Amino acid sequence: MQDLQSLETEITANLAAATDVDGVETIRIAELGKKGRVSLLMRELGKMTPEEKKEFGPKLNQLKNTLNDAVLSRKDTLEEETLNIKLQSESVDISLSSAREDSGSIHPITQVIDEVTEIFTEMGFSVAEGPEIEEDFYNFTALNIPEEHPARQMHDTFYFPEDDEGKRKVLRTHASPMQIRTMLEGEPPYRIIAPGRTYRNDSDATHTPMFHQVEALVIDKNIHMGHLKWCIEEFCKKFYERDDIEIRFRPSYFPFTEPSAEVDIGCSFKDGEVLIGEGDDWLEIMGCGMVNERVLENVNLDPKEYQGFAFGLGLDRAAMLKWGIPDLRDFFAADLRWLKHYGFQALDIPSLSTRTSTIKGSK
Amino acid sequence: MKFTLSWLKSYLDTDADLNTISETLTAIGLEVEEIVDPTEDLKPFVIAKIEKAEQHPNADKLRVCTVNNGTEIIQVVCGAPNAKTGLFGAFAPSGCTIPTNGLKLKPSNIRGVDSNGMMCSERELGLGDDHDGIIELPNNAPIGTSFAEYAGLNDPTIEIAITPNHQDALGVYGVARDLAAAGIGTLIEPDISKVPGKFESPITVNIENRQACPVFAGRYIRGVKNGPSPEWMQRRLISLGMKPISALVDITNFMTHDYGRPLHVFDADNIAGNFTVRLSKSGEKLLALDEKEHIFDDEMCVISDDKAINSIGGVMGGAGSGTYDDTTNVFLECAWFDPIRTAMTGRKLGIESDARYRFERGVDPATVLDGIEIATRLIIDMCGGEPSEVTLAGEVPVVSKTITMRPERVRELGGVDIAKSEIIDILIRLGFKVTDNGETLDVTSPSWRCDIDREPDLVEEVLRIHGYDKIVGEPLPKSSRDIVTGLSPMQKRIRMAKRQAAACGLREAVTWSFIPSSQAQIFADLKPELILDNPVSSDLDAMRPNLLPNLITAASRNNDRGIKNVALFEAGNQFSSDEPDGQDFVISGIRRGQKHERHWQKNPEDVNVYDAKADAISILKAIGVNADNAQVVAEAPSWYHPGRGGVIRLGPKNVMAYFGEIHPTTLKKLDVKGPLVGFEIMLGNIPLPRPKRGNSRGPLKSSDFQSVERDFAFVVTKDLAAEQLVKVISSVDKKLIDNISVFDIYQGAGIDDDKKSIAVNVRLQPVDKTMTDDEIEAFRQNVIATVTKKTGGILR
Repeated sequence: MQDLQSLETEITANLAAATDVDGVETIRIAELGKKGRVSLLMRELGKMTPEEKKEFGPKLNQLKNTLNDAVLSRKDTLEEETLNIKLQSESVDISLSSAREDSGSIHPITQVIDEVTEIFTEMGFSVAEGPEIEEDFYNFTALNIPEEHPARQMHDTFYFPEDDEGKRKVLRTHASPMQIRTMLEGEPPYRIIAPGRTYRNDSDATHTPMFHQVEALVIDKNIHMGHLKWCIEEFCKKFYERDDIEIRFRPSYFPFTEPSAEVDIGCSFKDGEVLIGEGDDWLEIMGCGMVNERVLENVNLDPKEYQGFAFGLGLDRAAMLKWGIPDLRDFFAADLRWLKHYGFQALDIPSLSTRTSTIKGSK
Repeated sequence: MKFTLSWLKSYLDTDADLNTISETLTAIGLEVEEIVDPTEDLKPFVIAKIEKAEQHPNADKLRVCTVNNGTEIIQVVCGAPNAKTGLFGAFAPSGCTIPTNGLKLKPSNIRGVDSNGMMCSERELGLGDDHDGIIELPNNAPIGTSFAEYAGLNDPTIEIAITPNHQDALGVYGVARDLAAAGIGTLIEPDISKVPGKFESPITVNIENRQACPVFAGRYIRGVKNGPSPEWMQRRLISLGMKPISALVDITNFMTHDYGRPLHVFDADNIAGNFTVRLSKSGEKLLALDEKEHIFDDEMCVISDDKAINSIGGVMGGAGSGTYDDTTNVFLECAWFDPIRTAMTGRKLGIESDARYRFERGVDPATVLDGIEIATRLIIDMCGGEPSEVTLAGEVPVVSKTITMRPERVRELGGVDIAKSEIIDILIRLGFKVTDNGETLDVTSPSWRCDIDREPDLVEEVLRIHGYDKIVGEPLPKSSRDIVTGLSPMQKRIRMAKRQAAACGLREAVTWSFIPSSQAQIFADLKPELILDNPVSSDLDAMRPNLLPNLITAASRNNDRGIKNVALFEAGNQFSSDEPDGQDFVISGIRRGQKHERHWQKNPEDVNVYDAKADAISILKAIGVNADNAQVVAEAPSWYHPGRGGVIRLGPKNVMAYFGEIHPTTLKKLDVKGPLVGFEIMLGNIPLPRPKRGNSRGPLKSSDFQSVERDFAFVVTKDLAAEQLVKVISSVDKKLIDNISVFDIYQGAGIDDDKKSIAVNVRLQPVDKTMTDDEIEAFRQNVIATVTKKTGGILR
């Protein structure tokens, strides 16, 4: 009987020398197959004495198991090597990309309207909309701007031709007509914002004939200027994503509010850029005030029962300030380079939970 | 409104510094727009003496001066002809900048002689036009001290914005009055005592229309000598950016800006007879001081002598009766004109003048009688002459109002607690008369505050003097009634549509709502009510009937910049009439060029109708439209390719969207090169989903039985829409058919020229049991028979 140890060594060496799965299989058949050397040895066991059997039986079994494991292991190794070689041959330049369309984007004006909407709806406002071609009544008269009022001339109004009755429609010069429409159509109390396009016949470095405003209106039984100030402060903090913003009210004049105020925001001017919430300078951001009694009367509300505030904010300028966009005129040029640079991702839908904020005292 | 600090201080006795004055002005509603303080710029300039001036060795016209600036002796080469020994002047040292031309002085060598700094001319320091020589000062000028201080140039100019209600602050006096009320110093009243008249005015005034001109005070002054006004007055007018002309003209300009009192001086020798203040007659004319001939209608207030119109009341005087250097007898007008009529007249005639600006906002009527005395005094002081008695026509109108005020309204409206005593105190400081009735106050406004109308005006007055900074923010209370908040379903839909368009790879643009009428015409008939009377430019005259033209031309502009592949969308209103319901909210998009850049894997294809359709369908799906219910028919409007465009609609009339390749003629008219495709989605036409009860989506019904797929190819007529075939097949068994997809369209060999082959894959999903072969075959035969019956299609 051959020395089992040397047999194992020999077969193991043969397996290790096999270069493919077929070679391993050939070895397996030759050694462990029906007529293989190991099988033949097993067969010889029958001829042995019980003592011999006792000695060789377990050894032979162990040899068989070891070799079977060695065969499987060698096969696995060789299969893996073959696969690796195949995969290596399949490698590509992953720095290349598949053909994709350029991504789309959202205009900063839409983004700013969505942000403003998010902030005010959370405060309990709804959103009103109305016509851009407006009647003189809604744009001026009902807002306490009579025909001869000097404020009319400050508006640089776009006019349409006179109709049969001698009336001329206008392109709304501000978002304020929505105050009138809201109050004439609904029932108090009111809490609305009205964002939209507005128009003035003015075109220079800082003015475009079309721009965007958001009007806010709150009418209830007990609203005063303190509420107005809070509302604007809250808005500025959330919009500019800073809690240390300073707001300044200055007396001003608008025919449709009394008392009236202009609102400045604390900022600094550095190298042509405006930094909100820093420095000692002030920048005017909006006009506001308590709705004029005459306006309330024009929409059939009793000023003794209802009062409230309104404000109007330039959205284009708010976008310019927030995102550091230098030139207003570029907003409306549909220049892809600009849209790409200043545009927003489709899924970047403003939400209060995703904006930067700090809780007071945590700084 | 502009004035210098010293001018303000002529009416305001105050110790407050410039910064305090500026902050107070803004705090009380007279917003400071700009302060120009020349003191900084002029700081380096000191008074110096030329100790010795000698001829330059190498230049005839230059002198070498030894200059004493009080601390050192400096050598300066000077080209001025008047540079001479012993001259006192203004010296600019090396290193400083000349304010008028920005030149920075450096030590230099002029023709071999060192020179440090320069002696300045008037022009160099912004004092005047004189550049012929250097400034000569008296011999007692203190050497080494600030020239600006010595010459009174350290006077900051303050510019404030005046809101339309603050007509009272359109004169320096009025600004001082408001500051005094705010606690910044004491108001210095001008001398308004009567100048005694020496004779009766030979010119009288008759007011025909008391509504247009309630009061007119006149005065004849004879024997005046017109000439330049004194330096102090000239300097103040120059500080406003006005050019001094002559004493008589300067006095009227000065009075306008100083006392807020516009008035007019006629050359009395050019007046025929007496004055009548009346309404103009249609067609009457006047050559005014703006050197333009103005033609009147029948509603303008004019001042006429016995022959012709001499002046437009409250707006502008006539050229023929103005004062000039040789004027010797004058008639001074100090009147009050109706604000509304003045505004309308000025607007109709296109005249903007300082007088109109003030009268249309409401000049203090009390200044009719005060103003004529102040002006008379100025004229006599500067031009001599003898004044007549004042001739007064009409009566000074009363513009004051008495308003009942509830003191608690300051808190209720303004949100600030202010004691009644302080409210009364503030109002009195502002010139109001207050009677305390206990619960309420009777408050009478001063004559200079014609803007005061109602109780809230008084609340504003109190608040602004008390300080708007004292208003403290207070959270909004709960609404007194439950109200709907948040976005409406339509607003949510618009937001989704925009976001989906961006997700499709389109970039959002925002473009003008007005377009050239030539472009509008391509998309709709021009409607006169949609053409602007006063467009910002002639090519932006028509309200857009469609969003596409702006996007198409934008594609072209981008192409010109080298961006060949363009994908844009816009969401906004297009206009079919000037009524609110003629404004339709639309989302439109275009693609131009190729689908992507040249690529190593596949060649880019040109954009085509199917890309536009895919954009439209994907947006419709995003806003919840069940596209299966929609009809897609090849009936796109005229601006699309007739064979490559379509309509997506619900029923025959309700158009949800158009899409297609843009018609080559449209592109040609817009001067744009294709390929270019577009779509339009009429968001307003799409019915909103019915309000659901609850948010439950119901259970998922999925089947575990095996699905079956079968392919069919039908030969059909060439013009049959594939969609039609799909609909016919789906009608065979709506429950069983899970999906149908078109996977091949073939025309060519083996198929008649008027036919085509459409191959579809049909997937069946049984829900109650697995289908047998017989059942599948029966279904197959049913499909073939139905297609043949309904379309004439034959299985290939």
